[in-house]
Amino acid sequence: MAKRAAPEVNAGSMADIAFLLLIFFLVTTTIETDSGISRKLPPEQEENQPPPPVIKERNLFTVIVNSNDELLVEDEVMQLKDLRAAAVAFLDNGAEDCSYCQGAKSETSSVNPQKAIISLVNNRGTTYKRYIAVQNELVAAYNELRDREAQSKYGESFVSMEKRYNDPRTSERDKERLKPRVEEIRELYPEKLSEAEPKKN
Amino acid sequence: MSKFNKKKSGDLPAISTASLPDIVFMLLFFFMVATVMRQNTLMVKNDLPTANQVEKLDKKDLVMYIYAGEPVERYQGTYGTSAKIQLNDKFADVSEIQDFIYQERASKREEVVPFLTTALKVDGDSKMGLISDIKQELRTANALKINYVTKKGDAVENNN
Repeated sequence: MAKRAAPEVNAGSMADIAFLLLIFFLVTTTIETDSGISRKLPPEQEENQPPPPVIKERNLFTVIVNSNDELLVEDEVMQLKDLRAAAVAFLDNGAEDCSYCQGAKSETSSVNPQKAIISLVNNRGTTYKRYIAVQNELVAAYNELRDREAQSKYGESFVSMEKRYNDPRTSERDKERLKPRVEEIRELYPEKLSEAEPKKN
Repeated sequence: MSKFNKKKSGDLPAISTASLPDIVFMLLFFFMVATVMRQNTLMVKNDLPTANQVEKLDKKDLVMYIYAGEPVERYQGTYGTSAKIQLNDKFADVSEIQDFIYQERASKREEVVPFLTTALKVDGDSKMGLISDIKQELRTANALKINYVTKKGDAVENNN
């Protein structure tokens, strides 16, 4: 009676399975990247520069954040959730020379988006969280208007257009096509956000 | 002479270990790909604020990180609880930011220097005073491209 050993499991295909899994993970994992709100700081002021041009009060949208994180917008207390709508209404007012504006054309609000400036003043005691939230809402107001224009002109939101434009995977030809469009929309609602140096108290 | 005799021997056959290297390599590759190298050990509290109008920070080699916030508990005995700036692996004063920027610039290839971005990873509860001091220093150092690193989420809801 010959003893027979149990047949060994064929392990030859194990490597194939391993490679299959490896390739699957290689393809699906994305390395986490940071994201945030990009800003450009103004260059340092040189001395004896000409005084800045005078800006009409109606073209200026002042947002003040105090040390208790409360908002004062155009001399009125406002909740953070209402800020975006207020900024949109101001930018989109379009009292003069603005064919695409859909605002109220009010006499007291901005002349047109090219002249409209949002001025953000914060206090040294403001929390960073609140500052970012305010920035976020103001950027959102610009994006909302730009999206609207891009959507009606090209059937694509501005944010996705810009994303594609900045994506290195987009082909040169597409970029070439996107560039004037992105610039045109930016031109329609230029982002004019001025930040004053924070107040001491 | 029966072919269907049950085998009676009790010794178990050894399990083949030929595939073990494959499994190990697989794990190795997976972790190699998925791991993000953390350049700095955080010495400050870093609970980032939330925002949803964000842009991605691609090209990691073109980013300089400045951390700020309260020191973590371990360092509170030595450094106190007021918000501090962290550059690389140590606490720094506001005045050291300029040197830090110049050093970072010197370590990069010359043609990429104009594209360098400063990423501010600041704790949500810090005060703006510190951040505007940092920004003032960055302006003096002419490092004008900045990015406030945030978590994704709704800014209004997380702020009440």
